[in-house]
Amino acid sequence: MKNNNRDNKLVGAVMVVGGGITGIQAAMDLSEAGYYVYLIERSSAIGGIMAGLDKTFPTNDCAI
Amino acid sequence: MEAGRSPNIEIITNAEIKEISGIAGNFFVKILCYPRYVDAAKCTGCGVCAQYCPVTILDPHNRNLSLKKAIDIQYTQAVPSSYSVNPDYCLFLNKKECKQCTRACQTGAINFDQKPEVSEYHVGSIIMATGFKECDASSIESYGYKDSPNIVTGLEFERISSASGPYTGKILRPSDLKKPQKIAFIQCAGSRTQISGKSYCSSVCCKYAVKDAIVALEHEPDLDITIFFMDMRLYGKGFETFYERARKSGVTFIRSRVSEIKHDKDTEDLAIEYIKEDGTLHHDTFNLIVLPMGLEPHKENYSLAKTAGIKLNTHGFFQTGLFNPLNTIREGIYVAGGCKGPMPLPDSVMQASGAAVCASELLKKSRGTLISEKAFAEEISIDQEDLRIGVFVCNCGKNIGGVVDVVDVKKYAETLPGVVVSTDNIYSCSEDTQVLIKETVINEKLNRVVIAACTPRTHEPLFQTTIREAGLNKCLFEMVNIRDQCSWVHAYEKEEATQKAKDLIRMAVAKAGLIQPLAEPVINIIPKALVIGGGLAGMTAALSLAEQGFECYLIEKTSVLGGNLRNIHYTLDGEDPKLYLNELIDKVSNHNLINVITESEVESVNGFVGNFHTVITKSSGHGTDREELKHGIIILANGAAVYEPDEYLYGKSENVLLQHLLEERIASGQFIPAKEDSVVMIQCVGSRDDNHSYCSSICCSMAIKNALKIKEINPCTNVYVLYRDMRPYGFHEDFYKDARDRGVVFIRYDIKHKPDVTEIDGGVCVTVRDPIINKDVVIDAKILALSTAIIPREDKKLEKALSVPKSAEGFFLESHVQLKPVDSYVDGIYICGMSQFPKPIDESIFQAKAAASQASILLARGYVKSEPIVSFCDTDKCIGCGICEYFCPYNAIKMIRINKKRKAEIVVAACKGCGVCSSYCPARAISMGRFTDEQILAQIKAFGAD
Repeated sequence: MKNNNRDNKLVGAVMVVGGGITGIQAAMDLSEAGYYVYLIERSSAIGGIMAGLDKTFPTNDCAI
Repeated sequence: MEAGRSPNIEIITNAEIKEISGIAGNFFVKILCYPRYVDAAKCTGCGVCAQYCPVTILDPHNRNLSLKKAIDIQYTQAVPSSYSVNPDYCLFLNKKECKQCTRACQTGAINFDQKPEVSEYHVGSIIMATGFKECDASSIESYGYKDSPNIVTGLEFERISSASGPYTGKILRPSDLKKPQKIAFIQCAGSRTQISGKSYCSSVCCKYAVKDAIVALEHEPDLDITIFFMDMRLYGKGFETFYERARKSGVTFIRSRVSEIKHDKDTEDLAIEYIKEDGTLHHDTFNLIVLPMGLEPHKENYSLAKTAGIKLNTHGFFQTGLFNPLNTIREGIYVAGGCKGPMPLPDSVMQASGAAVCASELLKKSRGTLISEKAFAEEISIDQEDLRIGVFVCNCGKNIGGVVDVVDVKKYAETLPGVVVSTDNIYSCSEDTQVLIKETVINEKLNRVVIAACTPRTHEPLFQTTIREAGLNKCLFEMVNIRDQCSWVHAYEKEEATQKAKDLIRMAVAKAGLIQPLAEPVINIIPKALVIGGGLAGMTAALSLAEQGFECYLIEKTSVLGGNLRNIHYTLDGEDPKLYLNELIDKVSNHNLINVITESEVESVNGFVGNFHTVITKSSGHGTDREELKHGIIILANGAAVYEPDEYLYGKSENVLLQHLLEERIASGQFIPAKEDSVVMIQCVGSRDDNHSYCSSICCSMAIKNALKIKEINPCTNVYVLYRDMRPYGFHEDFYKDARDRGVVFIRYDIKHKPDVTEIDGGVCVTVRDPIINKDVVIDAKILALSTAIIPREDKKLEKALSVPKSAEGFFLESHVQLKPVDSYVDGIYICGMSQFPKPIDESIFQAKAAASQASILLARGYVKSEPIVSFCDTDKCIGCGICEYFCPYNAIKMIRINKKRKAEIVVAACKGCGVCSSYCPARAISMGRFTDEQILAQIKAFGAD
């Protein structure tokens, strides 16, 4: 019975696959909203394509 | 960076998914982790290992335009900030000899015994956000990308123009590292093609080509830049003016698809031939050609989709639906961003938030069960007498260091009164510098910290958290902007810039001597939401909040829910909008946490984030009722309207109608296209002109949809679409092609030669100049449908009550167009749907979800901390004139009575610290936290002191 209960309980953690700007934003929202997040990234650091961009439209702010 | 600091985000790198089992709410995920061969806990990121590593490889971060070592860090500010070994090139891993790095590393972080490991994680939900990649430029054989060093892709050009890139921000061409005088951008490289690339439009290339051209001209104003294009697709908020800016700054735009590039091996220059719209053949030679490549899905999507049990679309991106843009076929697994199609940055950010909220709706019962609060050490009480100031000067790569002599500035800072230590750093925002700052604060017993770097707008919170972690109150901090206001604006005056950096730091140090620790006021939040507008966006946001367990008022001006979605009868994708709308209305109306109030309007809004009091008026049988609602946040979703033009005989001829009315007539059977009928559509009516400067984003797709519907009912009916640029971005490009294949005729017109419309018997006669044959085309049409602009709703009462700023186009303004696309400028008020900008159904839905995500973060937390920069009123000095209340733009000052005398009171939660009150106060009773008169005077004195 106890086991059953444990199995049916929703787990308060989310896995985000991909550490680009989308994955990072999802991870930040979830952690702030009260969920533990595992952020999975294939390469050795998060950042994705955006970390390679120089400036962003339209204010030409630093992408990092 | 911030993600790396959250105690509730565990970053697992070098990892891939092997297996997903279980059901929504209870997934078990097996992850295979490849070794870094560096112990991240021991690595300090010092880089000595890379200096000793004998293996040099191409640097993928710089798009192979520069070199790096086989042990390295991805980029300077990388998170985690630990080095890792590239196993494909490492000598030891391949040939069992070397280990130079192991000997060089002082902390013993290198560990070649690490093995790939599989671990299992237990989670409630999974979000796929694996992104996209640039199409392979060498696949377009006629361009010869592989053999011509001076043909670069868009992302390569980004690295070329980046200060931290291979050429330290100088615009050079790879073959001879000389400045290219003539640069061409060739659009639709790998996109919108049936031959070598993708059939869809990659949505972002036009935008980033224009951005790159503008940035390049900022670096080198005398460059000659030409952009070759088919249609410039600068849809979306602000882009049309960006396009205009590029044209004004001298970028040449030529409408032509370039089919071949010829490479001159002697000069390394590149020659092209192109045919202009009028059929004339031209030749030109360029020193550098940029191919803003289209975007394509990762190949790994196939295996990932199989592992996850979710579907891919025909292009290999993750499949979602028009009305469920974030859901997959497997409950509990959501997708967001570039892995579901090419899209610009704000869309990725919104989808990320939207997917997060989908998970949150599912897992609401377990919210907060697995997280821990970030625990800070107790604040150290500081010695008021003995000043111990630390100054940290940042190079910002070459951004500052390329102009300002940072070492000299650092040495100068050491001589200033009160300064006990000063350092210079490559990137002060990197994780290892945060460690350095913390250690310095503790070891040197610092009680004030001055950071001279980029802008406080983006980086102040990071540094404040860092010093707070070291035990200092976050207000014992002063930031000096020696980038935007120094090295950037004085790029050619190096000595003067160095002197100015010294002046700015001297002023900041003088101010730092007077700064005090300040407390952060905490305000509780009423856990209820108010959603204004009962259209698609408003209903979606309300439903999401309610599904997460928050009570919601949904107010709608008209008597029915649905908004503009009521005007949509069929969709390009084939999904049924009526069915979805009815289901949505049903869910919203019957939800026990949503209180739908129709025929009601906002009369006034008082209060501030967490504590809003809104008075609404509601029409009822016997007149108007007033009701006061109390709630913590507001979501603004009051939609947009359709522009009614006074040209093309609109309103004068019954055969001229708006595009959505044509749709209604087709859907209702009022108009049955006959064989002999001709239907003409004119695009951009009131858009991209003096009426409305922007592109309304959705009209091209809508025209294609109705044209295809007519052809479906009667393939013999003639349909003509008169356009300026066709902009069916993303996968809608396929429908554009379909329409052409089915015989819909697309004729471009120039804004200087608009089509001419006259009334004839039983219809209208449309004359348009076809630029290809350079002759007038005359069409007798039964129906003329006008695709008119989508315009902001005028609601003066609501705007006055909310005081949310609007953009130049008249839509509500987001606080950062890229990174905070649903936050308004007022805390606790979020914007979504067409009130932010015209957009299609799926974009409205995920933006509404994103707004619900941001709102639910506040509602779930239950409190907000206010910045200590708020103003403070000394009631003894206050003369009660009320001028501050009048000028406050945030309704943050209330006049109250103390001992029967009028005095100003600051509403701390609403105050933004702008300082307007303080500057107007005739009695000098109001001072600003962190900006007191004494502090500012000390800065001014220090300015003249040297």
